Amino acid sequence: MDHLDRLEAQSIFILREAYKKFGKLGMLWSIGKDSTVMLWLAKKAFFGHCPFPFIHVDTTHKIPEMIAFRDRMAKEYNIELIVHTNQEALDAGMGPDKGRLVCCKALKTDGLQQVVTKYEFEGLILGIRRDEEGSRSKERVFSERNKDSEWDYTNQAPELWDQFKTDFPKGNHIRVHPILHWNEMDIWAYIEREKIELVDLYFAKNGKRYRSLGCAPCTGQIDSNAVTVAQIIEELKNTKVGERAGRAQDQEDSYAMQKLRKDGYM
Amino acid sequence: MDIAREVLNIVVVGHVDHGKSTVIGRLLYDTKSLPEGAIDRVKRIAKEKGKPFEYAYLLDAFEEEQKQGITIDTTQLQFRTDKRDYVIIDAPGHKEFLKNMISGAASAEAALLIIDANEGIQEQSKRHGYILSLLGIQKAYVLVNKMDLIQYSEEKFNAIKQEMNEFLTSLHVYPLKYIPVSAFHGENITASSDKMPWYKGEPVLEAIDLFEKDKGLEGKPLRFPIQDVYKFDSRRIIAGRIEAGTLRTGDEILISPSNKVTKVKSIEYWVEKDKVDQISAGMSVGITVEDEFFNQRGEFISHTYDAPITSDTFKVSLFWMGKNDLVKNKEYKLKLATQEVECEIYAINKVIDATTLENLENASQAKTNDVAEVTIKTKREVCFDEFRNNQNTGRFVIVDGYDVCGGGIVTGLAQERQSVSKFVKQDDEIIVKCFDEYYYVVTEGGIKKIEGVPHSFNIGDVIPSTGVTYEYPAEFNVVDIKTGLTAIIRKSKLQDIILLKHLTYEQSPFIDSQGAFVKIHSEEDFNKFAADLEKLQQAESSRTAAFANQWLDFMKFRQIRYLTATKSLEIEYQI
Ligand SMILES: Nc1nc2c(ncn2[C@@H]2O[C@H](COP(=O)(O)OP(=O)(O)O)[C@@H](O)[C@H]2O)c(=O)[nH]1
Repeated sequence: MDHLDRLEAQSIFILREAYKKFGKLGMLWSIGKDSTVMLWLAKKAFFGHCPFPFIHVDTTHKIPEMIAFRDRMAKEYNIELIVHTNQEALDAGMGPDKGRLVCCKALKTDGLQQVVTKYEFEGLILGIRRDEEGSRSKERVFSERNKDSEWDYTNQAPELWDQFKTDFPKGNHIRVHPILHWNEMDIWAYIEREKIELVDLYFAKNGKRYRSLGCAPCTGQIDSNAVTVAQIIEELKNTKVGERAGRAQDQEDSYAMQKLRKDGYM
Repeated sequence: MDIAREVLNIVVVGHVDHGKSTVIGRLLYDTKSLPEGAIDRVKRIAKEKGKPFEYAYLLDAFEEEQKQGITIDTTQLQFRTDKRDYVIIDAPGHKEFLKNMISGAASAEAALLIIDANEGIQEQSKRHGYILSLLGIQKAYVLVNKMDLIQYSEEKFNAIKQEMNEFLTSLHVYPLKYIPVSAFHGENITASSDKMPWYKGEPVLEAIDLFEKDKGLEGKPLRFPIQDVYKFDSRRIIAGRIEAGTLRTGDEILISPSNKVTKVKSIEYWVEKDKVDQISAGMSVGITVEDEFFNQRGEFISHTYDAPITSDTFKVSLFWMGKNDLVKNKEYKLKLATQEVECEIYAINKVIDATTLENLENASQAKTNDVAEVTIKTKREVCFDEFRNNQNTGRFVIVDGYDVCGGGIVTGLAQERQSVSKFVKQDDEIIVKCFDEYYYVVTEGGIKKIEGVPHSFNIGDVIPSTGVTYEYPAEFNVVDIKTGLTAIIRKSKLQDIILLKHLTYEQSPFIDSQGAFVKIHSEEDFNKFAADLEKLQQAESSRTAAFANQWLDFMKFRQIRYLTATKSLEIEYQI
């Protein structure tokens, strides 16, 4: 087994644990590369089937290509898709002009919380990775959230030998992180190896491309001429800039992401 | 990170403030593994807080940590050397966060144990050493840090080395190296330090490249715990991860504990390129079988000729992290591989204070941070192996309420107390006394032998090549004069046991099972010794002084040290 085989095997093991343990399970699909890799892993884990719904929390500020790609892939992969928008917040005029963190909290975190409550999910699969930023590095594979989706990161049970947390009081839910142990380069190498289709936005047009995808107003492009996965891998080997440097919510202050995530952000 | 490269997980442990984070920060910095934003961010935070720069800040992602100045959880960081990629797991040393340390160490293959040269060995140095032994981590280096504070003194370094070695040896953790460093000043991290010319070994970055990765589990007996059974379409797929061994289409398999036998019909896949007819340890797979019995999660698939142990009562060593004590007559949940079963503590055989190694016999409970040897009784039979035979299926966790509160390893079914140390390969064994220590005991006015802690070394095990009063090289051979069986030690590990007459001479030195150097300096000597040995074995008396005087040099690898009294050294403890 090589490095990618091991990562894949571990992720499949985690997905199967989640499916076995949670009656009400959903997977968050942000349309980005990481969660699209997860979708692929789920198809592998369940031999071509996807035995749980995929959830997209739509802020309505997403880049239009993302929505078109989402709808096409959902059909091709034959998956059940739940699209949810925090309509009340939007009706009340929420948007990035109200402050980035405020907007993220309302449209993403609260939006997600609404889905969890509405569908009574016990398990929610998310494609975060430890190498993305500091607070994510402290995550567990199975990470408990209380009924308000808050994360008590100072008091997490140990995760020994792939014995994950599957016991918790009713009303709480578990965030499952099957690709927590992957890094950005692993993701790209796996996409290349498995030939996984991605939204076009990752590939350069007119000398620019997206390295990380979020909402249109808060996600910047980087200078790049990479038009294939192989070229992106080459480009990443030669960069020292953080992956999320283009994501405005990370840059607000030293603890921006930690605060967001404690309140339930993905 | 290059995908084809080898990856090794390392955990860094040690007492709080002894410099774990500094060592890690330094390794990241010196290997240029920090993202561009990181140093600036740390400088910004340090400035905001009006504090001097610390490498540790590179690792602390949380407000609380920076406030308290302690790292609180496992972080995974990566760096690379020419040889391979490393994932470092930062295991912090504050006592209340022991469970985080365990969580990190449980996923590591090798360990760096950091000791502050100025403070010396502290409670958590010992506790962490103990837990490494319980987790089966045999590859460890001790870094004696902050050498700048003791003027890079060789003497003090040696004193710490000796004290720690005594402690760790009693736990069967044999550090492969002791490295004097100053993490903060970067001495002996990437390059050999000119402040410590007396240290002849490698600096840290070179030394870690010498850790050898575990060899595959593919060759071990097959263990395939069922994770789930799927029926999404016409196929009835048994899914799970192979924990050890190899399985092929058509193999006859045994399903335990229900004891049913069938054959593998197919190995399933989704994309065409994943189609194979052989699967092995580490893979997450799915198979169909010829006879569709009722199978369920938790059952073990093995070959018919190499079944796991099935029992409802077994002995374990465990560490307890629960808020509530571990007690008898209470219901817990045991999770072992994919099995989950109610259990209770049938007997508490021993509770060990992890820092003093004092045994509390007849204890009625184990408290937070205690290590205990207990007998567990499960409600129904479970499948497992002894930890020393198979790590993946020989360890378990205990859930109390909603949380994992303990973890441990299965040590066996029945009490079995060993009185001697031996090298073992299947039916061949050599009883060894070469790890005994000799002291001149001042209060008694004579030389006294203190026996090493009894232990069986199997092929591949690290052996204690350095003791307090002896020091063997990393490569040598141990010949048993009585039987001619010879243990081959390479890189401080037991590599093989064969008869001397089947051995081809290489340069490495020979000792006898008592630890005496055998005076073989050339191939000619070797042949002569082999012939003499043959003669000796045919003669009536198995050991004559004449033979010993001619061939053996007892003191070559030994040094007798002075000791005030023997009492302090007698170690009662055994895992
Ligand atoms: N003088 C000296 N101080 C050091 C050295 N290494 C670490 N320190 C200091 O020791 C303190 C504790 O180090 P830290 O890495 O946070 O310890 P941890 O709690 O084990 O992670 C910090 O103030 C470091 O700057 C060293 O080699 N020399």
